[in-house]
Amino acid sequence: MRAVYVIAAQELLDALRNKWVLSATLVLAGFALALSYLGSAPVGTVGVAPLGVTVVSLSSLTVFLLPLLGLLLSYDAVVGESERGTLLLLLSYPVRRWQFLSGKFLGHLAVLVIAVVIGYGAAGALVVWRVEAVAPQEIAAYGVMMASSILLGAVFVGLGYGISSFVRERATAAGAALAVWLGIVVIYDFVLLGALTSGDGAGLSKGLFNGLLLVNPADAYRLLNLSSFEMTANLSGMAGMISNGNATAIAGLSSLILWMVVPMLVAGLIFARKEP
Amino acid sequence: MLLGKCSWGKVTAMTIENVLSLKAITKTYGGVRTLDGIDLELQPGETLGLIGHNGAGKTTLMKIILGLIRPSSGQINVFGQDPAGRNHGNVARQFGFLPEAVSFSGAMTGLEVLKFYSRLKNIDVAQCPDRLAAVGLADAARQRVKTYSKGMRQRLGLAQALLGEPALLLLDEPTTGLDPDFTRTFYRLIDERRAAGAAIILSSHALAELEPHVDRLLVLQHGQCIAQGDMAELRAQTGLPVRIRVSGGSGAVREELAALTDVKSNRINGRTVEFICAPEQKMELIELLSRAQGVEDLQIELPNLDRIYSHYNNNGGREQ
Repeated sequence: MRAVYVIAAQELLDALRNKWVLSATLVLAGFALALSYLGSAPVGTVGVAPLGVTVVSLSSLTVFLLPLLGLLLSYDAVVGESERGTLLLLLSYPVRRWQFLSGKFLGHLAVLVIAVVIGYGAAGALVVWRVEAVAPQEIAAYGVMMASSILLGAVFVGLGYGISSFVRERATAAGAALAVWLGIVVIYDFVLLGALTSGDGAGLSKGLFNGLLLVNPADAYRLLNLSSFEMTANLSGMAGMISNGNATAIAGLSSLILWMVVPMLVAGLIFARKEP
Repeated sequence: MLLGKCSWGKVTAMTIENVLSLKAITKTYGGVRTLDGIDLELQPGETLGLIGHNGAGKTTLMKIILGLIRPSSGQINVFGQDPAGRNHGNVARQFGFLPEAVSFSGAMTGLEVLKFYSRLKNIDVAQCPDRLAAVGLADAARQRVKTYSKGMRQRLGLAQALLGEPALLLLDEPTTGLDPDFTRTFYRLIDERRAAGAAIILSSHALAELEPHVDRLLVLQHGQCIAQGDMAELRAQTGLPVRIRVSGGSGAVREELAALTDVKSNRINGRTVEFICAPEQKMELIELLSRAQGVEDLQIELPNLDRIYSHYNNNGGREQ
């Protein structure tokens, strides 16, 4: 366990030094603040559920942003160390391979936690401070959004390790990470939308469509955040599609957790076979 | 070999003494044998020089000893354990390793890098500044590693390898990029470990500087061990000629030596002649020369590592 902690601490220190933490936090805070202002514009400062509106708009942005952040943090975790010669060195120390990956993961997770909690937290606090009437439900929805955003980032950190363990060169890892991002976050939805609107509309049943959304971590994140509370579901226009908000939220959460655990395990298996 | 095939695996006095023993180690990558039947034993306090062309298998051999990769076949035993097995952690605590051309994370300072590796080995970080000073990095300790020159990175790498007084030190091309001054410091630090009883494996292309610091050599070529032994053994094995330079009385000496038909001679300048003879003729020749008229000085040059190595390289593979 000591090795895991030492590697995690070093990873976090490295990210702080490289201004990784700072820039990620600033980007998230910038977007969150902009969206919370823009989001409250149509409803005004005395309008309905300003924080709820922010949850809806911010989670739509997070779906693109956090996966990218997670992949950028992780894509060279293994292959980068391998190219520098430090992987060889580190594994000659009393460090097991699972400890190496777990340490990296905890370090990168800490970066995500700091960036999301400070970046999104600041924007949320500002909205609460500006608007007097904030329902507890809204604050809960905002909290769920922050926690699930971290989870979404962690999913892509795990995917990044898989890529990083599999390829032999950093450039390949960067390309593969971009492809994974495009595929899961952008193209998947286009294809799904195409299937939904093609033919006479009978191509996809409601159950199948929901299932296909849950299979994708980005869509699972959307479902979780847009359905977890009646209020956000109404604001996002998802209410008609989701019959049981709680069940959908739990399914979305389960999908995200599976997406975090399974790629990490696969990455561990690939890494265990890698000859440094 | 004291150990027959049958007795292998039993704990005998021999295996406990050894820091490591390798038996018929072979490593195959996609049908190509990177290492082919390597036998090696190393005792505490012994320094082994690993020489061979690029891609001969030096680094692969080190990785196998460190337990980073598993051999395709053969038996390996490091401190009585399988280094790639369950006890990797216990074995690894006794390793010091300097990989070839290592570069550390640039955002950290030298001191932070060394502290990180100390913590991984569970060593008190309070010694880190002294350890940096020992490799001449006292002034650069708080500078970021990305500002370090190649030589400074190599010094940091050495400080890292010496953490925790390792019982087995593996150094892969350690002096590449070092200035002559620090190369001397480097070998002094290595010799200190050697005197303290550590076993050391050192690979290098700088054969002349390697020679005085190693007890034994292993010559690799295309994954095969083409020679192993100390300098005297390798000299005997190669049968390379001895050169004797004689100054003064060259004309007279030449006439006297006409009788020795196998001895070749080259005139270096007006006063100096070089004789080249087989090792077994050396004593006879010296005797003759010492009695010759007008000889003022004798310089005997035994074949050095450079010459031995190029002999093995030119003869390619197993000979004799």
